[in-house]
Amino acid sequence: MQKYVCDVCGYVYDPAVGDEDNGVAAGTAFEDIPDDWVCPVCGAAKDAFSPME
Amino acid sequence: MDKTFRAVPIAKDIYWVGAIDWTIRNFHGYATHRGTTYNAYLALGEKPILFDTVKRPHMDELLERISSVIDPKDISYIVSNHSEMDHSGSLPEVMELVKPEATFASVMGQKALAAHFGVTDGVTAVKDGERRTLGNREVLFLEARMLHWPDSMFSYLGDKKILFSNDAFGMHLASHERFADELPPAVLEYEAKKYYANILLPYSNLVTKLLERVGKSGLEFSMIAPDHGPVWRRSDDISKITGLWHAWSLQAPQKKAVVLYDTMWNSTERMARAVSEGLADGGIHTVVMSMESSHRSDVATEVLDAGAIVAGSPTLNNNMFPTMADVLTYLKGLRPRNLVGAAFGSYGWGGEAVGQVEAMLEEMKVEPAGEQVRVQYVPTQEDLARCREFGRNIAAKLVQFCETV
Repeated sequence: MQKYVCDVCGYVYDPAVGDEDNGVAAGTAFEDIPDDWVCPVCGAAKDAFSPME
Repeated sequence: MDKTFRAVPIAKDIYWVGAIDWTIRNFHGYATHRGTTYNAYLALGEKPILFDTVKRPHMDELLERISSVIDPKDISYIVSNHSEMDHSGSLPEVMELVKPEATFASVMGQKALAAHFGVTDGVTAVKDGERRTLGNREVLFLEARMLHWPDSMFSYLGDKKILFSNDAFGMHLASHERFADELPPAVLEYEAKKYYANILLPYSNLVTKLLERVGKSGLEFSMIAPDHGPVWRRSDDISKITGLWHAWSLQAPQKKAVVLYDTMWNSTERMARAVSEGLADGGIHTVVMSMESSHRSDVATEVLDAGAIVAGSPTLNNNMFPTMADVLTYLKGLRPRNLVGAAFGSYGWGGEAVGQVEAMLEEMKVEPAGEQVRVQYVPTQEDLARCREFGRNIAAKLVQFCETV
Protein backbone atom coordinates (compact mmCIF):
# COMPACT_ATOMS: atom_id res chain seq x y z
CA MET A 1 0.00 0.00 0.00
CA GLN A 2 1.04 3.59 -0.72
CA LYS A 3 3.03 5.38 1.97
CA TYR A 4 2.40 9.09 2.59
CA VAL A 5 4.85 11.71 3.82
CA CYS A 6 4.05 14.76 5.93
CA ASP A 7 5.11 17.87 4.00
CA VAL A 8 5.67 19.76 7.26
CA CYS A 9 7.94 17.49 9.28
CA GLY A 10 8.80 14.54 7.07
CA TYR A 11 6.94 11.87 9.10
CA VAL A 12 6.05 8.88 6.93
CA TYR A 13 2.69 7.18 7.33
CA ASP A 14 3.17 3.50 6.57
CA PRO A 15 -0.17 1.65 6.21
CA ALA A 16 1.52 -1.59 7.25
CA VAL A 17 2.29 -0.02 10.64
CA GLY A 18 -0.65 2.38 11.06
CA ASP A 19 -0.67 4.87 13.95
CA GLU A 20 -1.82 2.71 16.85
CA ASP A 21 -1.23 5.46 19.45
CA ASN A 22 -3.92 7.52 17.76
CA GLY A 23 -6.41 4.81 16.96
CA VAL A 24 -5.33 3.92 13.42
CA ALA A 25 -4.88 0.18 13.15
CA ALA A 26 -2.10 -1.44 11.17
CA GLY A 27 -3.30 -2.17 7.65
CA THR A 28 -5.33 1.04 7.31
CA ALA A 29 -4.87 2.71 3.93
CA PHE A 30 -4.12 6.44 4.12
CA GLU A 31 -7.41 7.21 2.34
CA ASP A 32 -9.34 5.36 5.08
CA ILE A 33 -7.88 7.33 7.99
CA PRO A 34 -10.52 9.67 9.53
CA ASP A 35 -10.29 13.25 8.24
CA ASP A 36 -9.71 14.66 11.70
CA TRP A 37 -6.54 12.60 12.15
CA VAL A 38 -3.41 14.71 12.34
CA CYS A 39 0.30 13.99 11.92
CA PRO A 40 1.40 12.28 15.15
CA VAL A 41 4.70 14.17 15.11
CA CYS A 42 3.81 17.72 14.19
CA GLY A 43 0.02 17.98 14.24
CA ALA A 44 -0.34 18.87 10.54
CA ALA A 45 -3.74 18.10 8.99
CA LYS A 46 -4.28 15.13 6.70
CA ASP A 47 -4.23 17.37 3.62
CA ALA A 48 -0.59 18.26 4.38
CA PHE A 49 0.44 14.74 3.32
CA SER A 50 1.69 13.73 -0.13
CA PRO A 51 2.14 10.26 -1.64
CA MET A 52 5.70 9.11 -1.09
CA GLU A 53 7.68 8.83 -4.30
CA MET B 1 25.94 38.95 50.29
CA ASP B 2 24.76 41.06 47.37
CA LYS B 3 24.07 39.13 44.20
CA THR B 4 25.98 40.00 41.03
CA PHE B 5 23.20 38.62 38.86
CA ARG B 6 19.72 39.81 39.86
CA ALA B 7 16.21 39.18 38.72
CA VAL B 8 14.79 41.95 36.53
CA PRO B 9 11.12 42.81 37.13
CA ILE B 10 9.06 42.90 33.92
CA ALA B 11 5.65 43.25 35.65
CA LYS B 12 4.44 43.18 39.25
CA ASP B 13 5.76 39.90 40.75
CA ILE B 14 7.00 38.70 37.35
CA TYR B 15 10.75 38.57 36.83
CA TRP B 16 13.19 37.83 34.04
CA VAL B 17 15.73 35.38 35.48
CA GLY B 18 17.58 34.32 32.34
CA ALA B 19 21.18 34.53 31.18
CA ILE B 20 23.04 36.80 28.76
CA ASP B 21 25.44 35.05 26.37
CA TRP B 22 27.61 37.86 25.04
CA THR B 23 30.18 35.64 23.34
CA ILE B 24 28.33 32.98 21.33
CA ARG B 25 28.86 33.43 17.58
CA ASN B 26 27.94 29.97 16.28
CA PHE B 27 24.51 28.77 17.34
CA HIS B 28 24.23 25.35 15.69
CA GLY B 29 25.41 26.76 12.39
CA TYR B 30 23.59 30.10 12.70
CA ALA B 31 26.00 33.06 13.01
CA THR B 32 24.89 34.98 16.09
CA HIS B 33 26.85 38.18 15.45
CA ARG B 34 25.25 39.92 18.42
CA GLY B 35 25.23 37.03 20.92
CA THR B 36 21.96 35.97 22.52
CA THR B 37 20.00 35.60 25.73
CA TYR B 38 18.36 32.52 27.18
CA ASN B 39 15.27 33.89 28.87
CA ALA B 40 13.60 32.27 31.83
CA TYR B 41 10.78 33.89 33.77
CA LEU B 42 9.68 33.62 37.38
CA ALA B 43 6.11 34.35 38.48
CA LEU B 44 5.88 34.88 42.23
CA GLY B 45 2.61 34.14 44.04
CA GLU B 46 1.09 31.55 46.34
CA LYS B 47 2.80 28.92 44.19
CA PRO B 48 5.85 30.35 42.41
CA ILE B 49 6.24 29.22 38.80
CA LEU B 50 9.44 29.09 36.74
CA PHE B 51 8.95 29.26 32.98
CA ASP B 52 11.86 27.50 31.22
CA THR B 53 15.50 27.31 32.24
CA VAL B 54 18.71 28.17 30.37
CA LYS B 55 21.53 26.46 28.49
CA ARG B 56 23.52 24.33 30.92
CA PRO B 57 26.74 26.43 31.12
CA HIS B 58 24.62 29.39 32.27
CA MET B 59 22.78 27.62 35.09
CA ASP B 60 24.62 29.47 37.87
CA GLU B 61 23.47 32.79 36.44
CA LEU B 62 19.86 31.56 36.37
CA LEU B 63 20.01 30.34 39.96
CA GLU B 64 21.66 33.52 41.23
CA ARG B 65 19.02 35.69 39.58
CA ILE B 66 16.26 33.54 41.10
CA SER B 67 17.98 33.66 44.49
CA SER B 68 17.93 37.47 44.44
CA VAL B 69 14.14 37.38 44.95
CA ILE B 70 13.26 33.90 46.27
CA ASP B 71 14.89 30.72 47.53
CA PRO B 72 14.85 28.47 44.41
CA LYS B 73 13.53 25.66 46.62
CA ASP B 74 10.32 27.68 47.10
CA ILE B 75 9.44 27.30 43.40
CA SER B 76 6.30 25.14 43.21
CA TYR B 77 6.03 24.54 39.46
CA ILE B 78 8.26 24.54 36.41
CA VAL B 79 6.96 24.92 32.88
CA SER B 80 9.13 23.55 30.06
CA ASN B 81 7.84 25.18 26.89
CA HIS B 82 10.53 23.66 24.66
CA SER B 83 12.95 20.75 25.08
CA GLU B 84 15.80 22.17 23.01
CA MET B 85 18.88 22.34 25.21
CA ASP B 86 19.29 26.11 25.18
CA HIS B 87 16.12 26.16 27.31
CA SER B 88 16.14 22.77 28.97
CA GLY B 89 19.85 22.11 29.53
CA SER B 90 19.61 23.15 33.18
CA LEU B 91 16.20 21.57 33.72
CA PRO B 92 17.22 18.19 35.18
CA GLU B 93 19.50 19.80 37.77
CA VAL B 94 17.03 22.59 38.56
CA MET B 95 14.30 19.96 39.05
CA GLU B 96 16.63 18.06 41.37
CA LEU B 97 17.34 21.20 43.41
CA VAL B 98 13.81 22.65 43.46
CA LYS B 99 11.82 19.41 43.74
CA PRO B 100 8.74 21.09 42.25
CA GLU B 101 5.23 19.73 42.77
CA ALA B 102 5.07 19.32 39.00
CA THR B 103 6.98 20.15 35.82
CA PHE B 104 4.67 20.77 32.87
CA ALA B 105 5.52 20.07 29.23
CA SER B 106 3.53 19.33 26.09
CA VAL B 107 2.79 15.71 25.21
CA MET B 108 5.68 15.74 22.73
CA GLY B 109 7.78 17.70 25.23
CA GLN B 110 7.41 14.94 27.80
CA LYS B 111 8.79 12.47 25.25
CA ALA B 112 11.59 14.82 24.17
CA LEU B 113 12.72 15.46 27.77
CA ALA B 114 12.90 11.71 28.31
CA ALA B 115 14.93 11.31 25.10
CA HIS B 116 17.33 14.13 25.99
CA PHE B 117 17.93 13.58 29.67
CA GLY B 118 16.23 10.35 30.66
CA VAL B 119 13.92 12.51 32.78
CA THR B 120 10.64 10.67 33.16
CA ASP B 121 9.56 11.17 36.78
CA GLY B 122 7.81 14.39 37.67
CA VAL B 123 7.03 15.60 34.15
CA THR B 124 3.31 16.13 33.59
CA ALA B 125 2.07 16.35 29.99
CA VAL B 126 -0.47 19.09 29.32
CA LYS B 127 -2.79 19.16 26.33
CA ASP B 128 -3.36 21.95 23.85
CA GLY B 129 -5.79 24.45 25.37
CA GLU B 130 -5.48 23.02 28.89
CA ARG B 131 -5.88 25.50 31.75
CA ARG B 132 -4.30 24.97 35.13
CA THR B 133 -4.90 26.95 38.29
CA LEU B 134 -1.52 27.16 39.99
CA GLY B 135 -1.93 28.86 43.38
CA ASN B 136 -3.42 32.29 42.69
CA ARG B 137 -2.44 32.18 39.00
CA GLU B 138 -3.97 30.63 35.93
CA VAL B 139 -1.86 29.27 33.10
CA LEU B 140 -3.22 28.34 29.68
CA PHE B 141 -1.05 25.97 27.63
CA LEU B 142 -1.09 26.26 23.85
CA GLU B 143 0.65 23.75 21.61
CA ALA B 144 2.79 25.32 18.91
CA ARG B 145 3.84 22.17 17.13
CA MET B 146 6.71 22.61 14.69
CA LEU B 147 7.17 26.21 15.73
CA HIS B 148 9.78 25.10 15.60
CA TRP B 149 9.97 21.59 17.13
CA PRO B 150 7.22 18.99 17.65
CA ASP B 151 7.22 19.79 21.39
CA SER B 152 7.06 23.59 21.15
CA MET B 153 4.49 25.14 23.45
CA PHE B 154 3.37 28.60 24.57
CA SER B 155 2.19 29.42 28.08
CA TYR B 156 -0.27 32.24 28.71
CA LEU B 157 -0.38 33.71 32.18
CA GLY B 158 -4.07 34.61 32.25
CA ASP B 159 -4.15 37.01 35.19
CA LYS B 160 -1.32 39.09 33.71
CA LYS B 161 -2.13 38.56 30.02
CA ILE B 162 1.51 37.66 29.38
CA LEU B 163 2.37 35.20 26.63
CA PHE B 164 5.54 33.22 27.26
CA SER B 165 6.09 32.41 23.61
CA ASN B 166 9.28 30.39 23.83
CA ASP B 167 11.22 30.73 20.54
CA ALA B 168 8.39 32.51 18.73
CA PHE B 169 8.84 36.27 18.29
CA GLY B 170 12.40 35.96 19.60
CA MET B 171 15.81 36.86 18.25
CA HIS B 172 19.46 36.31 19.02
CA LEU B 173 20.50 39.59 20.61
CA ALA B 174 22.51 39.94 23.81
CA SER B 175 21.57 43.03 25.81
CA HIS B 176 20.93 44.29 29.31
CA GLU B 177 17.81 46.03 28.04
CA ARG B 178 14.90 43.65 28.67
CA PHE B 179 12.30 45.46 26.57
CA ALA B 180 12.17 45.94 22.82
CA ASP B 181 11.27 49.61 23.18
CA GLU B 182 14.66 50.23 24.80
CA LEU B 183 16.60 48.97 21.77
CA PRO B 184 17.22 50.37 18.25
CA PRO B 185 14.26 49.39 15.99
CA ALA B 186 16.48 48.66 12.96
CA VAL B 187 18.57 46.19 14.97
CA LEU B 188 15.42 44.49 16.31
CA GLU B 189 13.87 44.19 12.88
CA TYR B 190 17.05 42.76 11.36
CA GLU B 191 17.66 40.22 14.13
CA ALA B 192 13.97 39.19 14.25
CA LYS B 193 14.06 38.71 10.48
CA LYS B 194 17.25 36.68 10.71
CA TYR B 195 15.71 34.49 13.40
CA TYR B 196 12.57 33.92 11.35
CA ALA B 197 14.53 33.16 8.17
CA ASN B 198 16.82 30.63 9.83
CA ILE B 199 14.48 28.94 12.30
CA LEU B 200 10.84 29.36 11.27
CA LEU B 201 10.86 29.66 7.50
CA PRO B 202 10.18 25.95 6.75
CA TYR B 203 7.04 26.12 8.88
CA SER B 204 5.62 29.32 7.43
CA ASN B 205 2.24 27.76 6.64
CA LEU B 206 1.88 26.88 10.31
CA VAL B 207 2.92 30.40 11.34
CA THR B 208 0.17 31.88 9.16
CA LYS B 209 -2.37 29.49 10.72
CA LEU B 210 -1.18 30.11 14.26
CA LEU B 211 -1.47 33.88 13.90
CA GLU B 212 -4.99 33.48 12.54
CA ARG B 213 -5.87 31.14 15.40
CA VAL B 214 -4.54 33.57 18.00
CA GLY B 215 -6.41 36.43 16.32
CA LYS B 216 -9.67 34.53 16.57
CA SER B 217 -9.04 33.29 20.13
CA GLY B 218 -9.83 36.68 21.65
CA LEU B 219 -6.75 36.42 23.87
CA GLU B 220 -5.35 39.80 24.82
CA PHE B 221 -1.66 40.36 25.32
CA SER B 222 -0.11 42.86 27.68
CA MET B 223 3.28 41.42 26.82
CA ILE B 224 4.90 38.80 24.62
CA ALA B 225 7.90 37.36 26.41
CA PRO B 226 10.06 35.13 24.18
CA ASP B 227 12.97 32.94 25.26
CA HIS B 228 15.61 34.84 23.23
CA GLY B 229 16.01 38.60 22.99
CA PRO B 230 13.79 41.35 24.39
CA VAL B 231 10.21 41.33 25.69
CA TRP B 232 7.55 43.10 23.62
CA ARG B 233 5.38 45.22 25.96
CA ARG B 234 4.06 48.17 23.97
CA SER B 235 0.93 47.43 22.00
CA ASP B 236 2.43 48.97 18.85
CA ASP B 237 5.52 46.79 19.25
CA ILE B 238 3.35 43.67 19.72
CA SER B 239 1.42 44.57 16.55
CA LYS B 240 4.66 45.22 14.73
CA ILE B 241 6.36 41.91 15.51
CA THR B 242 3.24 39.84 14.87
CA GLY B 243 2.64 41.80 11.64
CA LEU B 244 6.18 41.17 10.48
CA TRP B 245 5.82 37.45 11.22
CA HIS B 246 2.60 37.37 9.23
CA ALA B 247 4.23 39.09 6.25
CA TRP B 248 7.29 36.82 6.37
CA SER B 249 5.10 33.72 6.61
CA LEU B 250 3.34 34.67 3.36
CA GLN B 251 6.65 35.06 1.47
CA ALA B 252 5.23 37.33 -1.19
CA PRO B 253 8.01 37.84 -3.76
CA GLN B 254 9.59 41.27 -3.86
CA LYS B 255 11.71 43.03 -6.43
CA LYS B 256 14.88 41.94 -4.73
CA ALA B 257 17.52 39.46 -5.90
CA VAL B 258 20.30 37.69 -4.08
CA VAL B 259 23.32 36.83 -6.23
CA LEU B 260 25.38 34.27 -4.37
CA TYR B 261 28.57 32.74 -5.64
CA ASP B 262 32.03 31.51 -4.84
CA THR B 263 35.06 31.81 -7.03
CA MET B 264 38.50 30.25 -7.54
CA TRP B 265 40.34 32.60 -9.94
CA ASN B 266 37.82 35.48 -9.89
CA SER B 267 36.09 34.44 -13.12
CA THR B 268 32.78 33.45 -11.50
CA GLU B 269 33.09 36.56 -9.34
CA ARG B 270 33.39 38.80 -12.39
CA MET B 271 30.36 37.06 -13.86
CA ALA B 272 28.45 37.65 -10.60
CA ARG B 273 29.26 41.36 -10.72
CA ALA B 274 28.05 41.60 -14.32
CA VAL B 275 24.85 39.67 -13.52
CA SER B 276 24.14 42.04 -10.61
CA GLU B 277 24.65 45.08 -12.89
CA GLY B 278 21.99 43.68 -15.19
CA LEU B 279 19.57 42.97 -12.34
CA ALA B 280 20.01 46.46 -10.89
CA ASP B 281 19.57 47.98 -14.34
CA GLY B 282 16.27 46.11 -14.53
CA GLY B 283 15.04 47.86 -11.37
CA ILE B 284 15.79 45.07 -8.92
CA HIS B 285 17.31 45.70 -5.50
CA THR B 286 20.27 43.33 -5.70
CA VAL B 287 22.48 41.96 -2.94
CA VAL B 288 25.72 40.23 -3.97
CA MET B 289 27.09 37.67 -1.53
CA SER B 290 30.39 35.85 -1.89
CA MET B 291 30.37 32.59 0.04
CA GLU B 292 33.99 33.22 0.94
CA SER B 293 32.89 36.14 3.09
CA SER B 294 29.20 35.50 3.82
CA HIS B 295 27.69 33.12 6.33
CA ARG B 296 24.93 30.80 5.18
CA SER B 297 22.60 32.21 7.86
CA ASP B 298 23.13 35.75 6.54
CA VAL B 299 22.29 34.54 3.04
CA ALA B 300 19.05 32.98 4.36
CA THR B 301 18.17 36.33 5.95
CA GLU B 302 18.55 38.14 2.62
CA VAL B 303 16.61 35.44 0.75
CA LEU B 304 13.61 35.76 3.13
CA ASP B 305 12.26 38.88 1.44
CA ALA B 306 13.80 38.33 -2.01
CA GLY B 307 12.04 37.21 -5.19
CA ALA B 308 15.06 35.85 -7.04
CA ILE B 309 18.09 33.76 -6.24
CA VAL B 310 20.90 33.68 -8.79
CA ALA B 311 23.66 31.24 -7.93
CA GLY B 312 27.12 30.99 -9.42
CA SER B 313 29.64 28.22 -8.96
CA PRO B 314 32.97 27.31 -10.48
CA THR B 315 33.46 23.63 -11.29
CA LEU B 316 35.97 21.97 -8.99
CA ASN B 317 36.90 18.39 -9.91
CA ASN B 318 33.61 17.89 -11.75
CA ASN B 319 31.51 19.16 -8.85
CA MET B 320 30.02 22.39 -7.61
CA PHE B 321 32.23 24.34 -5.26
CA PRO B 322 31.80 23.01 -1.67
CA THR B 323 30.70 26.35 -0.19
CA MET B 324 27.90 26.52 -2.77
CA ALA B 325 26.78 23.00 -1.89
CA ASP B 326 26.74 24.13 1.75
CA VAL B 327 24.59 27.21 1.28
CA LEU B 328 22.22 25.58 -1.24
CA THR B 329 21.72 22.53 1.01
CA TYR B 330 20.99 24.89 3.88
CA LEU B 331 18.55 27.01 1.86
CA LYS B 332 16.80 23.90 0.51
CA GLY B 333 16.07 22.79 4.05
CA LEU B 334 14.57 26.18 4.89
CA ARG B 335 12.08 25.72 2.03
CA PRO B 336 11.82 29.29 0.78
CA ARG B 337 8.86 29.76 -1.57
CA ASN B 338 7.88 32.09 -4.41
CA LEU B 339 11.30 32.50 -5.95
CA VAL B 340 12.61 32.63 -9.49
CA GLY B 341 16.24 31.81 -10.16
CA ALA B 342 19.05 30.79 -12.44
CA ALA B 343 22.63 29.51 -12.38
CA PHE B 344 25.94 30.58 -13.84
CA GLY B 345 29.65 29.86 -13.48
CA SER B 346 33.09 29.54 -14.94
CA TYR B 347 34.91 26.28 -15.53
CA GLY B 348 38.12 24.90 -17.00
CA TRP B 349 36.93 21.54 -18.30
CA GLY B 350 33.88 19.46 -17.51
CA GLY B 351 31.76 22.39 -16.28
CA GLU B 352 29.27 20.21 -14.42
CA ALA B 353 28.75 22.63 -11.51
CA VAL B 354 26.26 24.95 -13.21
CA GLY B 355 23.95 22.07 -14.08
CA GLN B 356 24.24 20.78 -10.53
CA VAL B 357 23.28 24.19 -9.16
CA GLU B 358 20.31 24.29 -11.54
CA ALA B 359 19.21 20.84 -10.35
CA MET B 360 19.42 22.04 -6.76
CA LEU B 361 17.31 25.13 -7.56
CA GLU B 362 14.75 22.86 -9.20
CA GLU B 363 14.61 20.69 -6.07
CA MET B 364 13.99 23.89 -4.13
CA LYS B 365 11.00 24.59 -6.42
CA VAL B 366 12.63 27.77 -7.69
CA GLU B 367 11.02 28.79 -10.96
CA PRO B 368 13.61 28.94 -13.79
CA ALA B 369 14.23 32.52 -14.88
CA GLY B 370 16.68 32.00 -17.69
CA GLU B 371 19.09 29.72 -19.49
CA GLN B 372 22.30 29.07 -17.56
CA VAL B 373 25.43 30.99 -18.47
CA ARG B 374 28.75 29.15 -18.51
CA VAL B 375 32.16 30.54 -19.40
CA GLN B 376 35.31 28.53 -19.99
CA TYR B 377 38.28 29.80 -17.98
CA VAL B 378 38.16 33.62 -18.04
CA PRO B 379 35.19 35.74 -19.19
CA THR B 380 35.77 38.03 -22.17
CA GLN B 381 34.02 41.40 -22.51
CA GLU B 382 31.46 39.60 -24.67
CA ASP B 383 30.89 37.00 -21.97
CA LEU B 384 30.39 39.72 -19.37
CA ALA B 385 27.92 41.48 -21.67
CA ARG B 386 26.09 38.13 -21.88
CA CYS B 387 26.04 37.94 -18.06
CA ARG B 388 24.68 41.46 -17.83
CA GLU B 389 21.94 40.59 -20.31
CA PHE B 390 21.22 37.41 -18.32
CA GLY B 391 20.72 39.63 -15.23
CA ARG B 392 18.43 41.98 -17.15
CA ASN B 393 16.31 39.07 -18.33
CA ILE B 394 15.98 37.69 -14.80
CA ALA B 395 14.94 41.18 -13.66
CA ALA B 396 12.18 41.27 -16.27
CA LYS B 397 11.02 37.81 -15.28
CA LEU B 398 10.96 38.80 -11.60
CA VAL B 399 8.95 41.96 -12.23
CA GLN B 400 6.40 39.82 -14.09
CA PHE B 401 6.49 37.15 -11.36
CA CYS B 402 5.78 39.73 -8.63
CA GLU B 403 2.63 40.77 -10.48
CA THR B 404 1.29 37.24 -10.86
CA VAL B 405 2.04 35.66 -7.44
